[in-house]
Amino acid sequence: MIQLSAISRVFTMGDQEVRALNHIDLTITAGEYVSVMGPSGSGKSTLLNIVGLLDQPDSGTYLLENRDVTALSESEQARVRRERIGFIFQSFHLISRLTAAENIELPLILEGLSVAERQARVKAVLDQTGLADRANHRPAELSGGQRQRVAIARATILNPAVLLADEPTGNLDHKTGAEVVALLEKLHHAGTTVIVVTHDRELGGRAHRRIQMRDGEIVEDER
Amino acid sequence: MKLSDALSLSFRTVVSYRLRALLILLAMALGVAAVVTLTALGEGARRFVVNQFASLGTNLIIVLPGRAETSGGFPGAIVGETPRDLTLGDAASLQNLSGVLRYAPLNVGVTEISTGGRLREVTILGSTAGLIAIRHMKLAQGNFTAGNGPNPAEIVLGAKLARELFPAGNVVGQRIRLADRRFRITGIFATQGESMGFNTDEIAMIPIDHAQALLNTESLFRILVEASSRNAIEPAKTAIREAIRLRHDGEDDVTVITQDAVLATFDRILRALTLAVSGIAAISLAVAGILVMNVMLVAVSQRTAEIGLLKALGATRKNIKRLFLLETLWLSLAGAATGIALGYAGSFILRLVYPQLPAYPPAWASLAAIATALLTGIVASLLPASRAAKLNPVLALSRR
Repeated sequence: MIQLSAISRVFTMGDQEVRALNHIDLTITAGEYVSVMGPSGSGKSTLLNIVGLLDQPDSGTYLLENRDVTALSESEQARVRRERIGFIFQSFHLISRLTAAENIELPLILEGLSVAERQARVKAVLDQTGLADRANHRPAELSGGQRQRVAIARATILNPAVLLADEPTGNLDHKTGAEVVALLEKLHHAGTTVIVVTHDRELGGRAHRRIQMRDGEIVEDER
Repeated sequence: MKLSDALSLSFRTVVSYRLRALLILLAMALGVAAVVTLTALGEGARRFVVNQFASLGTNLIIVLPGRAETSGGFPGAIVGETPRDLTLGDAASLQNLSGVLRYAPLNVGVTEISTGGRLREVTILGSTAGLIAIRHMKLAQGNFTAGNGPNPAEIVLGAKLARELFPAGNVVGQRIRLADRRFRITGIFATQGESMGFNTDEIAMIPIDHAQALLNTESLFRILVEASSRNAIEPAKTAIREAIRLRHDGEDDVTVITQDAVLATFDRILRALTLAVSGIAAISLAVAGILVMNVMLVAVSQRTAEIGLLKALGATRKNIKRLFLLETLWLSLAGAATGIALGYAGSFILRLVYPQLPAYPPAWASLAAIATALLTGIVASLLPASRAAKLNPVLALSRR
C-alpha cells in the first residue's frame, strides 16, 4: 500500500547539508502495524512527514495505494491527507477554543459534509471512544489521556487507510499511555494500517514490524 | 469546505479573541464614523446654503436697471448713472409673459418713522403684495394688499420695529408717520430673522406708489419675478429681456439674473468640499486597514500550530486563506456597522449643537463608508491570509 523507493530528503542548515533521509526503500502493506524507532535526528519524523504528505522528498517516488502522490497538486494532496491519512501528535494539537466534539468534527467540515451527517458521525465516534460525556468540554478541561483520545477520534473519523502517530504517548503517564495504545491497536485490528514513531522501546516492541533508523537510513527491519 | 461552515468557523474564531476583535472593530468603526459624520457636516453646510437661497424665493428672476458689460458686479445696484430707468410700466408689461407666475416692483429707501414722540430711521421697501409671495415673507398679523396703485396709505412693520414703536402692543390699525406722510398699520411681519444679510424684523413695507412719492423717484430699484417652474426660468428670462427691450426703444439696457445660477455654483463648491472632507476621513479607514493587516499577521504567527494542524487534517491552501479572509470580513462588517451607528450619533450631536445646520449623513456616504471598510478589510487580510496558506505544515506543527 505504501511504496517508498529511493526517497531522499536533504535539509540545508547554514552552509551544511543534512541528509535526513538517504535513499530509503520501504514497502508497507495494508493492515500492517509498524513502529519506527531510532535516536533523535535519525530521520524517523521526516519519514513520517513524507508518508503523511506534509513534506516533499527531494528525490525518489512514493506510491500510496498504487498512485504516485508526490506528483499530485497541492489541493489533491490535501484531499489525500483528509481522506486517506490520519495524524496523531505527541502534543495532541487540539484547537483550544473548540470543544471536544467540534475538534473531532473538523475533518468532516473540511470534507464538506452536511450538519446532520456530521453530528451523527461525531456522536458515533464519541460513543466508541468512551468520550460521550466529555463532548462539550474544551481541551483545557480534559485530562491528557482524554485529549489524545479526542485527537485519535479526529484522526480516524473519515476512516483513513493509514494512521500516523508521532510519539503518541510521549506526553502521557504510563497508565493513560497504555489506554491510548490499546485504542490504536483496536484500530489496527479493525484493519487500519498503523505506523508509530517512538522512542519508547516498550511501545515500539508491541508493533508487529519494527524498523530501526540511524542517520537517515533504515538499519534494521524485523518482523 | 462549505461557505456556511467557513463563515461560522471564522465567526467563532473572531468571537473567541475578544480583545483583538474589539481593537480592530474600534479602528474600523472610528474610520467609518469619521466619514459619515464629516459628510453629514459637509452636506449640512450645503443644505444650509441652499435653504438660505430658497428663503430668497424660488425660481426667482431679478431684473436690474442698467446693463452689466462685464461679468461680476451689477452696475445697476451701485446707484450710478443708468441709461434708462426701470419704471412701473416696465414692471406691468411683464405680467402676461409666458412663464411669469407673478412679479413685484421694488423700491428701497431709508427714511424716518415716528409715532407718539418716538422717532427712528427705518429701511422701507416699496412694493406690491406680490413681493410677499415671491420672497416667502410671512405676516404675523393683518395683511398687505397693495397693487400697482393708486393704493391706500398702508404700512406693514417688521416685528422688532413694531415692538420698539409700540411697546404696549395693539399695533394693527394704529397710525404712523413716515417722513411727512401718514400711514395706517395693516400688518406685522412674522419674526424671520436674518436672511442673506437682510433683517426682515427691522423693515417696513409700503405700497410701491407711496414709496416712489416718498422717495421722489420714478425709477425702480429692481423687479422681482417668480417663474412658474424651474424649467420656465430660462424662457421667462429671455421673454423679460425682450419685452423690456421693446419698451426701451430696442435698447438692451437691463440686467436679468437668476438666483439659480448662483445657487448652482454654491451647490457645486459645497459638494466638492464635502467630497474632499470625506476623502480625508477615508484616510483614517486606510490607517485602520494597516492596523488590521498588522493584527492579522500577529494572529497568523500566533496560530501557526493551528494552521499546521488544519493542513494535516487535509485543509487546502484555499480553505485556510478563506478562513482568514472571512475573519477580517466579519471584523470589518462589525466595524462598519458600529461606525455607521457612531456616525449617525455624531451627526445627531452636530444637529443638537448647531440646530440651523441640517447635518444629515447622505445615504451614499454611508454606503461608500461600508464598502470602503469591507474593501479595506479584505485587502488588508490578503497578505496575512496568503502567508497562513503558505505555511510549511511540518514547521508549523513542530512549534509548541
